[in-house]
Amino acid sequence: MTAVDQGVRARQSLSARIAGRLGGGLVRLFLVVVGLLWLMPTAGLLLSSLRDKSDIAASGWWQVFSHPAQLTTSSYSTLFANDKVTHSLLTTALITVPATALVILIGALAGYAFAWLDFPGRDWWFMVVVGLLVVPVQVALIPVAKLFNALGIFETTIGVVLFHTAFGLPFAVFLLRNFFAEIPRELLEAARLDGAGELRLFTRVVLPLGGPAIASLGIFQFLWVWNDMLVALIFADSGNPPITVALQQQVRQFGDNVDILASGAFLSMIVPLAVFFAFQRQFVSGVMAGAVK
Amino acid sequence: MTTATAPPPPAAPRAKRKGVLGTRPWVAACFLLPALLLLGALVVYPIGYSVYRSLFDASGNGFAGLDNYHEVFTDDRIRTALKNNVIWVIVAPALATALGLIFAVLTERVCWGTAFKLVVFMPMAISMLAAGIIFRLVYEQNPDRGVANAVWVGIHDTFAQPAPFPGAHPRPTGDLAAADGGSFATKSAVRAGSPVALPLVAVKPEDVAGAKEAIPAREVAGKVTGTVWMDFTRGGGGTAGKIDAGERALAGVKIEAVKDGRTVASATSDSDGTFTLPSAADGARLRLPASNFASVYNGVEWLGPALVTPSIIGAYIWMWAGFAMVLIAAGLAGVPRELLEAARVDGANEWQVFRRVTVPLLAPVLAVVVVTLMINVLKIFDLVYIIAPGSSLHNANVLALQLYQSSFGTDVNQGVGSAIAVFLLLLVLPVVFVNIRRIRKEREGRR
Repeated sequence: MTAVDQGVRARQSLSARIAGRLGGGLVRLFLVVVGLLWLMPTAGLLLSSLRDKSDIAASGWWQVFSHPAQLTTSSYSTLFANDKVTHSLLTTALITVPATALVILIGALAGYAFAWLDFPGRDWWFMVVVGLLVVPVQVALIPVAKLFNALGIFETTIGVVLFHTAFGLPFAVFLLRNFFAEIPRELLEAARLDGAGELRLFTRVVLPLGGPAIASLGIFQFLWVWNDMLVALIFADSGNPPITVALQQQVRQFGDNVDILASGAFLSMIVPLAVFFAFQRQFVSGVMAGAVK
Repeated sequence: MTTATAPPPPAAPRAKRKGVLGTRPWVAACFLLPALLLLGALVVYPIGYSVYRSLFDASGNGFAGLDNYHEVFTDDRIRTALKNNVIWVIVAPALATALGLIFAVLTERVCWGTAFKLVVFMPMAISMLAAGIIFRLVYEQNPDRGVANAVWVGIHDTFAQPAPFPGAHPRPTGDLAAADGGSFATKSAVRAGSPVALPLVAVKPEDVAGAKEAIPAREVAGKVTGTVWMDFTRGGGGTAGKIDAGERALAGVKIEAVKDGRTVASATSDSDGTFTLPSAADGARLRLPASNFASVYNGVEWLGPALVTPSIIGAYIWMWAGFAMVLIAAGLAGVPRELLEAARVDGANEWQVFRRVTVPLLAPVLAVVVVTLMINVLKIFDLVYIIAPGSSLHNANVLALQLYQSSFGTDVNQGVGSAIAVFLLLLVLPVVFVNIRRIRKEREGRR
């Protein structure tokens, strides 16, 4: 407590202090209520997914508090018995992992070039890439669909991966270039004097030092791709889609499919939530750096 | 989670950075090639192609000039989308930022603020599809299933008395007949001293469970008396319009005496079904107002045509208020404490400190948050597509959804789809220049 702080305290009258206490209590109460309000939709999904389809149709999820016997994993059994859904989780992973790895690799190569290599118009090219940050994916849907059609990769996993990589790159290059640029020059020069080539410099010095930025980027891109529906809706194989599209295909008959939708939605959230809780710091810094996106 | 590991702050100004000792341009080209190839083919080229394609008709062969753009601003469905996008862009970022600001400021004084932030920020990590399914459940119309309506109906019924006998009505043959607005009135005028019979049927059994037996009203000189009862004998028998043994009284029914369209007196039936009206009611007709029979309040139609867009905006705010909160909290951590203390010492109360010191100091952060959310909201698609049921999808339409429908969905015209794409791009273009200028400035500061 600073001296100023104490001075203020001392000068406060009793009534002001009581008002302050009361205000503090109200603030706490408000935050508790808002916190519960924020948790409720997710809790509702989880509890709905743990009830029988007929129970969901008859009453709300809060009934489990008075009828705990309703809790069952039957929706999940139905879900896992459905080949399409289990397969769609695999497809999601097969899209997300390469799209994340490629963005990191290609983004790091370019970020390093923009930070430390000499070539004509370097800053100008970097501006162009930064300018592409806010291009909405919607602009590319029709042209890229035509392009992929011509290349024979429309409705394939490769196409989805390439699309996500391309649209992840402006942010990746922006983030990594700024981070790499802060690497002390002496480190790179010392490695160069030891006879390291450009590639060696990149893999042995730049990539390891870029760890925190690469982690932020990786988590950001991973969640972005895992959670995507629009791109997959158009470019993924509709017979073998990722989980978001597989569930979206069931949404139009919401009431009939509510058991699969609730359990499937919760299942699709587990990986992002695990990533979120495990790497909060990196995620937050990625979000903050990406505020321009 | 509040302390983020953003890229380290700019180092001390240095001389114009040069490449590391003698790299040749072709080496740089190798490093850049994959990125430039992908960006060129899948981001830059599509922009050009969209502009070009937007000038052609649906088939792609006939030059259409600006017709597609004209259609964007005249077609009814697209106009709805434009209108909704305007609502989205104004309302959603403002509300999310305001909530984020409130949460960020309040959590600073609470030791478990981090846990609260975690809860509010968590929806950022999940997909819009999952959030959509979550809110389909929340906004379920039936108050027995949807939590939003369950709460709403609970509040409503606390303040508005529910109707005692929803759905009840008289027999078609009796003296009571349907009048305007769902009420029932006697065809003949009533006389003081001769008790009136007001028989009703179609009363739900649970509404008369435990009700007393109905009794005929006593004659009272100068007053209008009568009985309201359920004119139905369990197990059959009984006469229509007569109070038979075992028939139940309807308590709490409101009765109005109406003369020349004006209500001159009113009463409420007792537990034995009888009521007494003053002499003013002599010669009037008796009316049972609709409030006695209104059907059970069923809550708000959240996903109906009128409310679907505000409801979906609610789901969006649930997802993105955490984003605003985290950015603002980071900005708040950079506000010098001495300034706030100085204002408090000068006698400012907490609200004045917030309004006159904190908010102005946070203005740059607030601007970044609002602009980011605006760009984000312009492209909103998944939430609308998932939450809006088929019947109100048109009412919830937004540009990105219409673009999808025009390009690949129900009403394909890729000329129009491309025009919408170009329009969206034009809307975010100013931000490109802002970003570039910001980076230029940073650069110059560094040199």
